[in-house]
Amino acid sequence: MRKLNGDNTFKVILGIIAASAAIILIVNAYVLISGSTTAIGKFGFDFFAGKSWNPVTQTFGVLPYVLGTLITAGIALLIGVPLSLGIAIFLVEMSPKAVRVPFSYLVELLAAVPSVIYGLWGLFVLRFWVLDFVEKPLHAYLGWIPIFSGAPFGLDFFTAGIILSIMIIPTVASVTREVISAVPSTIREAAYSIGATKWEVIRHWVLSYGRSGIFGAVILGLGRAVGETMAVTMVIGNAIGPNAMPTSLFQPGQTLPSLIANGFFDSQTALESAAYIGAGLVLLIISLIINILAHVMVTRVLKVKGGAVE
Amino acid sequence: MNTKYTVVIAIVIIAILIGAVAAYIYFSAPAEEAAPVSLTGSGATFPQPFLNATITEYSSIKPNVQINYQGGGSGKGITDFTNRVVDFAGSDAPLTDAQRTAAPNSLHILETVGAITVAYNLPGISSGLKLSGSALADIYLGTITKWNDPTIAMLNSDLTLPNQDIVVVHRSDGSGTTNWFTKYLSLVSSTWSSNVGASTTVEWPVGVGASGNANVAATVTQTENAIGYIELAYALKNSIPVAALQNPAGNFIVPSLDTTTAAAASLPSSGLPSGSDSWANVAILNTSGEQAYPIANPTYLLVYKELNVVPGMTMDKATSLVQYIWYVLHDGQHNAVPLEYATLPSNLVEVGETTLKSITFDGQSVPTQ
Repeated sequence: MRKLNGDNTFKVILGIIAASAAIILIVNAYVLISGSTTAIGKFGFDFFAGKSWNPVTQTFGVLPYVLGTLITAGIALLIGVPLSLGIAIFLVEMSPKAVRVPFSYLVELLAAVPSVIYGLWGLFVLRFWVLDFVEKPLHAYLGWIPIFSGAPFGLDFFTAGIILSIMIIPTVASVTREVISAVPSTIREAAYSIGATKWEVIRHWVLSYGRSGIFGAVILGLGRAVGETMAVTMVIGNAIGPNAMPTSLFQPGQTLPSLIANGFFDSQTALESAAYIGAGLVLLIISLIINILAHVMVTRVLKVKGGAVE
Repeated sequence: MNTKYTVVIAIVIIAILIGAVAAYIYFSAPAEEAAPVSLTGSGATFPQPFLNATITEYSSIKPNVQINYQGGGSGKGITDFTNRVVDFAGSDAPLTDAQRTAAPNSLHILETVGAITVAYNLPGISSGLKLSGSALADIYLGTITKWNDPTIAMLNSDLTLPNQDIVVVHRSDGSGTTNWFTKYLSLVSSTWSSNVGASTTVEWPVGVGASGNANVAATVTQTENAIGYIELAYALKNSIPVAALQNPAGNFIVPSLDTTTAAAASLPSSGLPSGSDSWANVAILNTSGEQAYPIANPTYLLVYKELNVVPGMTMDKATSLVQYIWYVLHDGQHNAVPLEYATLPSNLVEVGETTLKSITFDGQSVPTQ
């Protein structure tokens, strides 16, 4: 019989700790599925494709909020990722050391700001900047394009997307910065030695060497954008039902997390509670799909070879 | 044994002995006053400041009575009341028939009245906007979209209304305020009643949602051309412009504590249910008084008719509870106006008195004064 020595005990303890991650996910999924069966069983496919969220008639469908979640997260990536890449490249490749260290700390401090603070700032400050300098001009000149139509007043998908883009910057920027700094300097030196400019070195060698790691950083950011609740609830306008179906970026809407945050605690019936839990299940499924897709992208599409930065 | 340890142990033993003696003396001190009584309640947050003021005052009159009202929302109050973990509960919504079955022999006591105001933000118009119920319903239905719509313009011939889209603001969280507001809209508009209905949250046809009175008020005050509904107390404390609403007598009534009391006072006391009946159909909406504001909302205290069903209840506790609520209905009412609650009119005080007198403990009636 094997003796239970220090190493073995340590192994068992770590095994239990590692298993707890899987157990938490399974328990979560189980609770969400068992809690939502009444709602999903009653409405069937309409729960996923329905537009109505009506506590009076007790009909519930999550489609507008799924779209809202994807749209706001999409805006966040569209704006946040280029900014984060710029920050990371500047910090690693361009900035003098005296700037790099304090600036890196500042970027990481952005991640330490609680989301309710972003929400307050969004509600009282950013909303008006977005309204006056972005939404009104866009609406005035490009209002004929459906996504810029409507009557902009600053509490809408667009503002929520902007807030989210700011919130994902610290995550994406600091992970990207680590990835870029891990690119071996021999690669840079080799590139410079064949006469490449700074831009060419970054574009062709540094970014392509680190692309799977950068992609991972983007997915981390996307995960935060999809799940963010407080800040989004404060600026997205919280429309409900068919009124929340996205037709324009400049209209109030909702995401799945904001829907749950707004209504769950005041559910009047068991069916209504089950519908909110079902919305949570859909959110979990979306997050899992994003992560699985990301994993497939990183391993298959980008064909990571041994030695590349993960 | 080491001398150092002996000294330490000796000191510890002496300290424990001194503590024990002190505790014995403290706890065995003879009570100088009536036995202490402690009562717990939970529920609606709307009346909480008012109830807390009456509790503070009451405990200065009866120092042996300790009352703790925890808030937590009407829903929590009803759950705690049904599970009998509190001595009394507060709820803005009356119990439904199903809830009354779950909590048999429950009594409703209406303790104060609030009102729901329609706040607006129109540049250059800081007061004087007038609306009818049907115009308000059409705004929230999205059939009136501009401030200079002929329906609104006709009601406000003295104002120059802008040719701007109305930004409609509603609550995004479940709320008793929404419940009474949508009940009012259902009452004045058959389209609202059939298409949207009334509940603590509804499927709003148009508009932007904000959670909580404060957030709705902030959104309205910050957004030009916005309209939203908020509690009277909140509007008064923050001096937010509010619209005068047309009542059934045809008058445009500015919401205030007086017009809210007037609304409650014009409920016919003969038509009111007794405390043990269902209050589900009682509303202080569109009452008949000349000066009655059309959207007033009651808030209730819930107690059991036979108090011995509450675990831990004694005749002492029952007496204190009944006398405290009696106090809230009478002397305690002077706290209402300073805290922006409407004073209870005499017709409702009388109904409450009758209800309190019907409370028993172990079959014996409980003295109310």
